[in-house]
Amino acid sequence: MQTALVFSRFERFWHWTQAVLIIGLMITGFEIHGTYRWLGFEQASSLHKTMAWTLIVLWVFAIFWHLTTGQWRQYVPTGENLLAVVRYYTVGIFQKDVPHPYKKTVRAKHNPLQRLAYLGFKLLISPLIWLSGLLYMYYNDWPALGLGGLQLGTVAFVHTVAAFAMLVFFIGHVYMAAFTGHPWYSYLKGMVTGYEEVEE
Amino acid sequence: MTCHESSGVLRGAAILFGLLLGALFAVSPATAAQDVVAKAAKSQSTADHSKFKELQGPFANGPEVTKACLACHTEAAKQLHKTTHWKWEFYNELTKQKLGKRTVVNNFCVAVATNWPRCTSCHIGYGWKDDKFDLTSEQNVDCVVCHETTGTYKKFPAGAGHPVYEEKEFPPGSGKKWLPPDLAKVAQSVGKTSRKNCGACHFYGGGGDAVKHGDLDSTMTNPNIELDVHMDAKGLNFSCSECHTTGGHEVTGSRYATKAVDKNGIDVPGRTDDTRATCESCHGLTPHKDGGEAGKLNDHTDRVACQTCHIPAFARGGRPTKMMWDWSTAGKLDEKGKPVVKKTADGKENAYDGMKGDFRWEENVVPDYRWFNGVIKYTLMGEKIDDTGGVVPINRIEGSATDRDSRIWPFKRMEGKQPYDKKLKVLTVPHVFGQDEAAFWKTYDWPKAIKVGMESVGLNFSGEYGFVETEYWWPITHMVAPKEKAVACDGCHSRDGRLAKLGGFYMPGRDSFPWLDKIGWALVLLTLAGVLGHGLLRLVLSGRKG
Repeated sequence: MQTALVFSRFERFWHWTQAVLIIGLMITGFEIHGTYRWLGFEQASSLHKTMAWTLIVLWVFAIFWHLTTGQWRQYVPTGENLLAVVRYYTVGIFQKDVPHPYKKTVRAKHNPLQRLAYLGFKLLISPLIWLSGLLYMYYNDWPALGLGGLQLGTVAFVHTVAAFAMLVFFIGHVYMAAFTGHPWYSYLKGMVTGYEEVEE
Repeated sequence: MTCHESSGVLRGAAILFGLLLGALFAVSPATAAQDVVAKAAKSQSTADHSKFKELQGPFANGPEVTKACLACHTEAAKQLHKTTHWKWEFYNELTKQKLGKRTVVNNFCVAVATNWPRCTSCHIGYGWKDDKFDLTSEQNVDCVVCHETTGTYKKFPAGAGHPVYEEKEFPPGSGKKWLPPDLAKVAQSVGKTSRKNCGACHFYGGGGDAVKHGDLDSTMTNPNIELDVHMDAKGLNFSCSECHTTGGHEVTGSRYATKAVDKNGIDVPGRTDDTRATCESCHGLTPHKDGGEAGKLNDHTDRVACQTCHIPAFARGGRPTKMMWDWSTAGKLDEKGKPVVKKTADGKENAYDGMKGDFRWEENVVPDYRWFNGVIKYTLMGEKIDDTGGVVPINRIEGSATDRDSRIWPFKRMEGKQPYDKKLKVLTVPHVFGQDEAAFWKTYDWPKAIKVGMESVGLNFSGEYGFVETEYWWPITHMVAPKEKAVACDGCHSRDGRLAKLGGFYMPGRDSFPWLDKIGWALVLLTLAGVLGHGLLRLVLSGRKG
């Protein structure tokens, strides 16, 4: 075991900025949805739009970073060890001194369950929310874009589905990533400092 | 320096700053534009009518004044003869319906027929006292009611369009004296039409101030900026004709053929539709220029009329408008045989009048909103109605969310309960006003009043009458508020907002898929319970000695 830089400065910047933006987008988004009234529709939708564009810019940089550094390989799914990890989180974690079955390295820092979860986030939830969100924003240009037949209700439906999926992911992710290490905050610390204990 | 001195210096600085600011704003385009308008409001006429010997009088009556006018303005009466103002007839090209005051049945005083002298006190003519009035008479056109500027000329409420020529009392027994105007002075004062001229009739439609429209009443004679940004007497000071542009005495912009949207946009000579009676005529189709959300606001113009956001409420000037008129309770008389009258709580209006029935009055009324494509269909005189419990429409607003030419518009919905023929199923034309035995306001006998009224328009009356609930939709387009007072986003984009009842489309903030929300929140709660349970279990088990 050794300590190594697992999360580079950009990756951490990307992660935490994204975290703040997603929380903000969820708060304003559910207000726009009519779930509660706090900032008022005008303020909420204006902020929602600004944060959405900020996140889109961030994502452009993140995609570029993933491609140029080859870090995208961290999310390639694998079945190897998957069941063992599932078993750890459902059984082993409650027992004393049962170690995590996955040994992380700098080149493969996510366990098989994480790989699946993050891949789902990146390839399902996010595209769904971007696509429906951008359509939502450009509602008035649909006829010009040849989308005249599209219904606002349909787009709103998809956007809401994706928003709920995002919220579910968020709750699960915060718990798993911030509270299930040894000590409980160790993963969280890694995401802040960038350094974690890894195998050779 | 003492405290007192320092505050004095501060005050001085503040005044200086204020003066600088004032100087800055004095040259701003907005005030410059207002100056131009204020100048235009002063007469720029090349003729001083008080110097004309033809107008020195004396004049015995209105038609004599008109004769003097026509001596120079030879074509004026001929022009007016072609207008709705004169004919009280309007042919709607879209619906192919013949409308106008002569033909429409409403839910105020119901109809003009047989009530001529009272109703035609708002006609731009003299002497329309029955259905035999000569509509080709040039001398019977009333020029001065629209063009006089003294403010002393008033048509007598029961005078068939004439002012009084000798002192009279109206309403009878009220002690309110009507004095004859100095017709020579009136004639010499003529100028462009003002809010007061138009308002003399249009503010008092339905038999009194503020009764009919909701967005037109006497408070619009000299409105402040809060009541109407364009007519603000101390600001832009627009007259009615600033927007209701005229040519050959034809005034544009009729409620019978309301334009739901003016796709011509800003009127440019040569490309104009010859009227400025739409918001778009001056403001265009993308009117919002400033602020971060200007683009989003402009995005709304393809579905929402300007009026919907910019007239947050009508009857805002302090005069309540009539929202309901129930004729079925009319006819209660006191022991002296006089109609019973009850005031409203604020004392401004009558809540009950033995002559007319029960009323409901409202101020600062939030409009009703409907999809509207510019087509309004009327229930015409003699048209079969459905009396099986529903509300009978006096007119129907057409349009829908799926129609790209429809816009969401604000309306005043006037509710009525009025007499109809139970057997023949038609709205009736009651003979209300008159000195004869059949007049409702003389003998309070509905069958008699209806029989005479129906005969006068050539319709049958079975003898069986009842009262049916009716509704009449009035597009709201005046009393435009300052932009800061426009309806905010959540006025509509909220669960119980102004458009809560308007169906046919999905609106963010108002609409959702309740079952999707249920499933969504259930999953969120399950996830939350899962992680909390998981964490708690770990906490409990880690405390246990292994």
